[in-house]
Amino acid sequence: MACEGCRNQVTQALYAELEAFIDALPEKKGALISVLHKAQSLFGYLPKEVQVFVGEKLGVPVSQVYGVVSFYSFFTMVPKGKYPISVCLGTACYVRGADKVLEAFKKELGIEVGQTTPDGKFSLDALRCVGACGLAPVAMIGDKVYGRISSEEEVKKILREYE
Amino acid sequence: MSKYMMHILVCGGTGCLSSQSGEIVEGLKKAIEDIGMQNQVQVVKTGCFGFCEKGPIVKILPDNTFYVQVKPEDVEEIVSEHIVKGRKVERLLYENPESKTPISDSKHMNFYKKQMRVALRNCGFINPENIEEYIARDGYGALAKVLTLSQMEVIEEVKKSGLRGRGGGGFPTGLKWEFAYKNVADQKYVVCNADEGDPGAFMDRSILEGDPHSIVEAMAICGYAIGATKGLVYIRAEYPLAVKRLECAIAAAREYGLLGEHILGTAFSFDIEIRFGAGAFVCGEETALIHSMEGKRGEPTTKPPFPAASGYWAKPTNVNNVETFANIPVIFLKGAEWFSKIGTEKSKGTKVFALAGKINNVGLIEVPMGTTLREVIYDIGGGIKGGKQFKAVQTGGPSGGCLTEKDLDTPIDFDNLLAKGSMMGSGGMIVMDEDDCMPAVAKFYLEFTAEESCGKCTPCRVGTKRLLEILEKIVSGRGTPKDLDTLKELSEVIKDTALCGLGQTASNPVLSTLKVFEEEYIAHVRDHKCPAKQCSALLQYRITEKCVGCTACSRVCPVGAISGTVKKQHTIDISKCIKCGACESKCRFNAIVKE
Ligand SMILES: Cc1cc2nc3c(=O)[nH]c(=O)nc-3n(C[C@H](O)[C@H](O)[C@H](O)COP(=O)(O)O)c2cc1C
Ligand code: SF4
Ligand code: FES
Repeated sequence: MACEGCRNQVTQALYAELEAFIDALPEKKGALISVLHKAQSLFGYLPKEVQVFVGEKLGVPVSQVYGVVSFYSFFTMVPKGKYPISVCLGTACYVRGADKVLEAFKKELGIEVGQTTPDGKFSLDALRCVGACGLAPVAMIGDKVYGRISSEEEVKKILREYE
Repeated sequence: MSKYMMHILVCGGTGCLSSQSGEIVEGLKKAIEDIGMQNQVQVVKTGCFGFCEKGPIVKILPDNTFYVQVKPEDVEEIVSEHIVKGRKVERLLYENPESKTPISDSKHMNFYKKQMRVALRNCGFINPENIEEYIARDGYGALAKVLTLSQMEVIEEVKKSGLRGRGGGGFPTGLKWEFAYKNVADQKYVVCNADEGDPGAFMDRSILEGDPHSIVEAMAICGYAIGATKGLVYIRAEYPLAVKRLECAIAAAREYGLLGEHILGTAFSFDIEIRFGAGAFVCGEETALIHSMEGKRGEPTTKPPFPAASGYWAKPTNVNNVETFANIPVIFLKGAEWFSKIGTEKSKGTKVFALAGKINNVGLIEVPMGTTLREVIYDIGGGIKGGKQFKAVQTGGPSGGCLTEKDLDTPIDFDNLLAKGSMMGSGGMIVMDEDDCMPAVAKFYLEFTAEESCGKCTPCRVGTKRLLEILEKIVSGRGTPKDLDTLKELSEVIKDTALCGLGQTASNPVLSTLKVFEEEYIAHVRDHKCPAKQCSALLQYRITEKCVGCTACSRVCPVGAISGTVKKQHTIDISKCIKCGACESKCRFNAIVKE
C-alpha cells in the first residue's frame, strides 16, 4: 500500500491528465458526458471532489454534474472492485437462468448488487445484454466474457481464476 | 480479395471472441506462415456469421466449409488436413440436426437457406477493419452515385424504396429525410442511433462490428440529401468492440477522402463524430438521445417539435437507426425498385432479428419481411431446445408483446405484429417454452422499465412501480383476482398518459400476456398455482413413492420439515417447509418433486 504522500502524487497526476483532456477539447459546450467518461476511466469512479473539479473546469454547476452522474447507470460514485463482475440480466440470459447465476455470485462473494467486497477485490453489478446472447447466461469480469454458466460450481470455478 | 486462392474467415463478433476466436485467428495465421502459404491463403477476422449458437465459427472459401465450435487446438488439424491436403476435418463440420450427417457446404444449412442478407450483406464476409475489402464489395459506390444526383432525387429514391425505420417505430425513412431537408437552417445534423437498448438484442452491434463502413457511407448519403455537414453516432459505452471498429472505419474513410472536405472532388463536405451513451435505456428515444448528446440528463421532451425541425442544439436533425442506415447503400446500388420488390405490401425489404431464448440456433438472422414466425423458429431457428413445447415468442422487447402457437403462420411485418398485440420493435425475438411462466416474464419486463423510467412524468415513474408491485404479489402467491382488474386498468392509464414511448409502451408486456395467457394469471391468483412450475413461492415439495427411506432428506432439511421411519416413504410437512430445495438436490432417487 502506498503512503499518503505517494497516493497524493498519483491523484495529482490523474487530475493533471483530466485537466489536459478538458483543455484540449475543441468545444466545451455539451462535453460534460465525454469528460465524465474520461474522468471515470482515470479515477475508476466519480467521487464528489472529481465532480466538483469537472464542474469548475467546464463552468457547469456541480448540481448539474451530479444530476448527470446520478442519471446514468454507467457512472458510479463508489469505487469498483479490482475485478468488477457484471452479470447479464438481459432477456436472453433471463430465460436461460441468469437469476440463478446472479444468486450464486451473491452467495459466493457475500455481497449484494452494487457492492464491493471488503478487500476491494470484487464488485458485483447487473447489466442488460452484453451482446453475447448466444452464450447465455453470460457474466463479465473486467473485459472477459464468461458464457453458458450452467451451475453454482461453474461460478466457483470462475472465481477461483482470480485467487 | 481475389489474389488469394483460399480464404479462412473466422468470426470476430463479441460472442465468438469470448470463446477464443482471437486465439484461433492468431494460430491460423501462424500455421499458414509456417507452411509458407501466406500469399495463397488469407486469414480474415470478420464480423458475426449469425450462427452464434455453435461459435466460434471458421468458414473456408471457396468451398463454403463451415466449421463449428472450433477450439485453438483444432487449428493445426485444419491447416494440415484441409489447407494442405484438401481433406475436410469431418468432426468439426456442422451436423444436420435431424440426420446427424455432417454438412460440407454451408449453402445447404437450413439456418441460411431461408435467410436473405441485405443489411448484413458484408457481415461475416469482409474484414471490418479494412476499407479496401468494403470497397471491393462496391462500398462507397452508392455515395459516388448519390453525389451526381440532386438532393430531392436522393430523397425520392429512398421514398420509392419503401424503407421504414428499423429502430422500432417503422416511420418511412424517405419522408423523414424530406422533413429535415425542407427545414432551412445554417447547420443540420445526421444522427445514427446505436444505443440498442432492448435487452436481448444485438443486431445493431453486429452490424457495427461486422460492417461499420456501410453506416459511415449511409450517414454521408443522408448528410448530402438533407444538407448536413456533420454526423454523430450515439453508441453504447458497453459496446467497446463496435466503438473500436467504427473509429477505425471513420479514420480510414477520412484518409481515403470519403469523409472530410470536398468528398470525391465535389462541393460536399461531411464528417462524423462518436458520442457515448452511459447506460440509460430511455436515451434510445430520439429526444432523450439528443439531450444526452448535449451533455445533459437523457430525459425526453414532448414531440412536436420533432428533431427534424428542432433537434441537436435546436437545429434540424435526422435520427435513424443503425439497421435503417445499413439498408441505404444497397438501395442506391441495386435500385429502389429492386428493394421494394422484397417484403410485403407495406413493409419493404428485410428485417434482422436477434433470435434468443429456448431455441436451438441462437443467433442473428435476416429474413424478408413477410416470412412467417414458423419459418423463423422452426426452419431457421431449428425448433425448441431440448424438444420442449413451444409456448410463446416475445417481440419488441420491453415495449412489445407475446405471440403464440396460433400466430405462427402470420407473415411478420410492422402492421401484422401490431395487429396481434405485439410489435416489431428493434428486432429482439425471445423464444419461450413450457417452463416459462408468463406473469414472471411480465414481471421481468416491468422490473426493467421501472428501473429505466427516467422519472420525468408521474404515470410512468409511479405507474410502472405499482404494476411491478402487483406482479410481484402475483408471482409470490399473494395475488387476488381483483389484482388482475387493477393491472388492466392501470396499464391503460399509463398507456394514455405517459410522456414518451417508454412509458406509453411499458404496460404492453402485461396487457399482452394477460390477454393471451389469462388462464395462467388466474391459476396464480385463484388457485395459487404456477402451471409452468417456475414461481418457487407457489410450488410445494412432495416425496413420491420412489422414496426408499434412506433418511438423507430428513437429515439435510434445515427446518426439520421431513419425517418418516427408515426404509419407509418419508413425508414433508408443508407448513414447515421453507422451499429451499436442499432435500431435492440431496435425494439420489429423484423421489422429491416440485409441483
Ligand atoms: C424508450 C425508447 C427506446 C428506444 N430505443 C431505441 C434504440 O435503442 N435504438 C433505436 O434505433 N431506436 C430506439 N428508439 C426509437 C427512436 O426514438 C427513433 O424512433 C429511431 O431511432 C428512429 O430511427 P428509425 O426511423 O431509423 O427507426 C426508442 C424509442 C423509445 C421510445
Ligand atoms: S414516460 Fe417514463 S421514461 Fe418517458 S418521460 Fe415519462 S418518466 Fe421518463
Ligand atoms: S441477454 Fe445476456 S448477453 Fe444478451
